[in-house]
Amino acid sequence: MTALHLEFDVAGNNFVSAGSASDEVKKTLKMLGVDAQFVRKVAIAMYEGEINMVIHAGGGKAAVDIYPDKIVIVLADHGPGIPDIELAMRDGYSTAPDAIRDLGFGAGMGLPNMKKYTDSMDIQSTVGKGTTVTMTVNFAA
Amino acid sequence: MTIQHIIDALGARIVHLEEPERDVTGGYCGDFLSNVISKAPADSVWFTVMNNQNVAAVQTLADISLTVLCEGIEPDEHLAARAKEKGLNMVVTDLAVYEAVKAVNG
Repeated sequence: MTALHLEFDVAGNNFVSAGSASDEVKKTLKMLGVDAQFVRKVAIAMYEGEINMVIHAGGGKAAVDIYPDKIVIVLADHGPGIPDIELAMRDGYSTAPDAIRDLGFGAGMGLPNMKKYTDSMDIQSTVGKGTTVTMTVNFAA
Repeated sequence: MTIQHIIDALGARIVHLEEPERDVTGGYCGDFLSNVISKAPADSVWFTVMNNQNVAAVQTLADISLTVLCEGIEPDEHLAARAKEKGLNMVVTDLAVYEAVKAVNG
């Protein structure tokens, strides 16, 4: 049973609104009384995913389902896709241009952070068509 | 240690101050935002030279108590506006990151 479904449009190349979807989800989880350690995991993982869509994909959509015992976040974009997911998952590997690094991104820690702070993460990507990332965080120790 | 204690130790200029008595229980230094959001503990003080609006997003999402912009680097207009809008505690010090940490812990 879905307790709560949220959807967000994430604008590409817009660093003014970047993070706002993650912030809304964080606020909702806090309001629902979810333990702070799980709220933090969700906030980190979703922010990284949101930023990836802003930087690399020209934006996309975030669909969030909050259940009593877990949250499922689906981030879907129609960007260029990821040619080599294994390489993209490596700590420190980044394709972000210098202008993005100047903003504090491009450390090559986005995807690794998403994996680290979620209980499961699946990436489906087709070059030229886009990427869908599905992340789950369980609300249990 | 409270936010006010840190501000006094640094002689810092206030960008926005909402919770002077909030406790600070840890710290982190860094400018790559993915490192900061992952490694800065909740309720910590964050020393950085990054000064764009993404700093506000990271401070909010990581529950960082206070952001200290070092080396006299002022927030850009978007960051200053976002700090006020989000009620984030943020200050500027003329000290470099290492010197700022020493001043707080000295």
